[in-house]
Amino acid sequence: MPVEEKPVIDIDRSIGDFSYDIEYEYDAGYGLTERTIDYICDVKGDPDWIREFRKDALKKFWEKPLPTHWASRDLENIVFEKIRYYLAKDKMPKRSWDEVPKEVKETFERLGIPEQERKFLAGVEAQFDSEAAYSNIKAAIAKQGVIFVGSTEGLHKYPEIFRKWFGKVVPTGDNKFSALNSAVFSGGSFIYVPPGVKVKHPLQAYFRINAESFGQFERTLIIADEGSEVMYMEGCTAPRFETSTLHSAVVELVALPGAKIQYITVQNWSNNVFNLVTKRGLAFEEAEIKWIDCNIGSRLTMKYPGVVMKGRKARGEVISIALANVGQHQDTGAKMIHGADETTSNIVSKSISIGTGRATYRGLVNIPRHLKGCKNNTECDALLINANSRTDTYPAITVRGQGNACQHEASVSQISEEQIFYMQQRGLDEGQAMSLAVNGFVNDLVRQFPIEYSVELKRLIDLEMEGSVG
Amino acid sequence: MEATVDLEEKQQENFGANFEFHSPLSETGWPRWFELERSLNWRKFLEQPFPRRTDENWRFGDLRAVRLDGFRSSSLPRSSSTILEQSKGFPNIAARVVFGNNVLLDMKIYDLPSNVVIQSLKKAAKEYKSLMQEHFLRNSVDLGSSKFRYLHVSQLNDGLLIYVPNGVKVEKPIEVFYWVDGENSSVFPHTLILMQEASSATIIEHFRSFDGERALVCGVNDLHVSKRANLQYFAVQEWSEKALAFHLNTTHVEEEASVTTLSLNIGGGYVRGENVSHLRGEGARSLMLSINPVSGNRVVDQRTQQNHLSPGASSDLLYHNSLDEQARTIFAGLIKVAEGAHRTDAYQKVRNLILSDEAEANSMPGLEINADQVRCTHGATSGEINEEELFYLVARGIPRSKARRMIVMGFFRSVLERIEDSCLQDYFEELVQSHLNLK
Repeated sequence: MPVEEKPVIDIDRSIGDFSYDIEYEYDAGYGLTERTIDYICDVKGDPDWIREFRKDALKKFWEKPLPTHWASRDLENIVFEKIRYYLAKDKMPKRSWDEVPKEVKETFERLGIPEQERKFLAGVEAQFDSEAAYSNIKAAIAKQGVIFVGSTEGLHKYPEIFRKWFGKVVPTGDNKFSALNSAVFSGGSFIYVPPGVKVKHPLQAYFRINAESFGQFERTLIIADEGSEVMYMEGCTAPRFETSTLHSAVVELVALPGAKIQYITVQNWSNNVFNLVTKRGLAFEEAEIKWIDCNIGSRLTMKYPGVVMKGRKARGEVISIALANVGQHQDTGAKMIHGADETTSNIVSKSISIGTGRATYRGLVNIPRHLKGCKNNTECDALLINANSRTDTYPAITVRGQGNACQHEASVSQISEEQIFYMQQRGLDEGQAMSLAVNGFVNDLVRQFPIEYSVELKRLIDLEMEGSVG
Repeated sequence: MEATVDLEEKQQENFGANFEFHSPLSETGWPRWFELERSLNWRKFLEQPFPRRTDENWRFGDLRAVRLDGFRSSSLPRSSSTILEQSKGFPNIAARVVFGNNVLLDMKIYDLPSNVVIQSLKKAAKEYKSLMQEHFLRNSVDLGSSKFRYLHVSQLNDGLLIYVPNGVKVEKPIEVFYWVDGENSSVFPHTLILMQEASSATIIEHFRSFDGERALVCGVNDLHVSKRANLQYFAVQEWSEKALAFHLNTTHVEEEASVTTLSLNIGGGYVRGENVSHLRGEGARSLMLSINPVSGNRVVDQRTQQNHLSPGASSDLLYHNSLDEQARTIFAGLIKVAEGAHRTDAYQKVRNLILSDEAEANSMPGLEINADQVRCTHGATSGEINEEELFYLVARGIPRSKARRMIVMGFFRSVLERIEDSCLQDYFEELVQSHLNLK
């Protein structure tokens, strides 16, 4: 039976697709050597232990092979010598938008950041290439003792908390890209929430790549002390360049007993960006870490947010939405490491492949020996829009001993002809019908986002679906 | 720096290679074309490194368990007559063939349509040259054990061809026994089954150790099922607990043909099963079943592929493992839907029933979908005996150990129920039951 070829669509990424000519004060040049590290340390005034940490990481980065024995060979197209590892106009972020340089401020205004800050955020950090241009937290929240600063400032001003956890959740040698980040990290957030403090409104970071052939390596460390709660959201955009851009972040979360951390990502890089990110959280007794991870942009994303449940009754959750359009590979998933009794984890992943787009789910669930009452539930659903779309699922589940339960379900399906026909009967055109069906497919996950984000997400999905059928 | 890495790699490669196999001799009784094939495979075997830690196909596998140190080509079995006496299986069969240490010991035909061919591979290689060249050792898929497949071909002494012509239906099962005898002996079982159009047959293979000694098994089975044919294939593996066993199975299913395979792993120390179904035509159906009661220090390491190459075919995989004591299981399955294999219907399910605190189950159910209008699902579960079910039975006066047994048997029964013939169901159930040592 001949299969009808549906035309694939053009991605509308116009919102983030602009760049300014910036005169950078600090530029580490192209390529990565020990001198690059020294340059970054000198500019940032890093203490000696960080300089050593970075140099040790650089060695590990060089030693480690690309993980192409299981990952996409597209990684081989990254030319590490042709990337700029540090670009900044200013070392320290401004506390007021009025002080932010004009072009940078305009960039974030076009992206709507200051407006969102006024409306519903507890604090904002806006990173422009290597450094944050703006960082501010509402006075009322700061008064409760909440710290929300850039990673450099965190490391300089709060070394006793910073050093205790930095590099402990994601060790430098975890993978080649965590080693790279550890060598050249700059920017990202440092957050500390004191015991019992519940931050009602989300804290937000926005990551913007402006320069061509640039690598962004932000490093985020969030510590929620006993019984505290915090929600962190990150967004990102970059202009569409001809050359490829590298974004390789490391995010470490620490939820002390009874604490709750929610970490929300809406990743909308332009599709020349390699997005290779290591995200992991450590959850102590009765603590809860939830990753809500939405990947719409980039050329290749490899990201598997993880939770190490170290304390009794700790809970980990990953909600993942991935949309792979033409020329994109979303290789996403989750890791759940159960390290104590009665820990529970939940993974729900939904992916949509459009045109030649490829969505991959990779998961790891580990329940080691002598634990009791651990539970994991994993659900992966994939939706294929066109005949040439591709989806893969590669979970790995290890359970040792009795007294634990683990279940994994995955399915792959299409939007049925009848569904589309039904909606067309009610006056929608085929594109709208398709868009509605896709939104329905991810709806129960999108609802878990804060309302402002879920509206944005729906709009992005509509944009991606536009013209995906003919 | 690099030099040391090289050296380590070299050592790793030699690790486990202290075996006593010989390059294939000439004048073995094989025709010239196959002798060439054997030498070629011997060279490939020596060249190919042992599996490494970074091989995805060996993830969770135990690389130390697959060394070949000490294994040797086996001599004739000590007592052919005892082996023949003990070659008993299903009560009502069409034919029985017995191999001991790679030698054909006996072939008895009881009730077989006259045009069905059951022939030693060595003879078949001469008598049915074109047929053999078309199908013998063709279209293998590498799920990680190609080195051991090369070894198999280079050391192959004999095996069996079963050929069922167009439209012929074999009512009763054909039974094949492969025995190994002697410490460090190696056997290379090989069965080639060619089901012609609209034919049907049931084949039961028994893999047995004559003693409890260490042995190497490197078996290959290829099933070719033509249009509208129907094959039921059962492999009952009862190697000694010290055996290292590779069972590499490939099934080709054509248009409207239907195949059921069951691999029942009762024995073996380290058992590596690779099972591939190629669905090559509209309406082709493959049902892949496996029952694995694993205990002691045994490891059952299974890798499967449901390879959908044409539209409108269906496949269904159901593997049940029970794990007692320090048992370990590894399941890595892949549903692979090729570009253009639209309207594929594929299902894959692995269930692990963990019976002790030391046991470990690893599941990697995978999907690679490259087509449209497919329905593919997979599932993996790991859990223990439901305490409420146990309580229910104990409350009715059934001793706890017996109740546990009943629950485990019920768990396996749900796989056996997928087989159509109830006599066969009962036969396999009894087999499992008699080997199930639960505390």
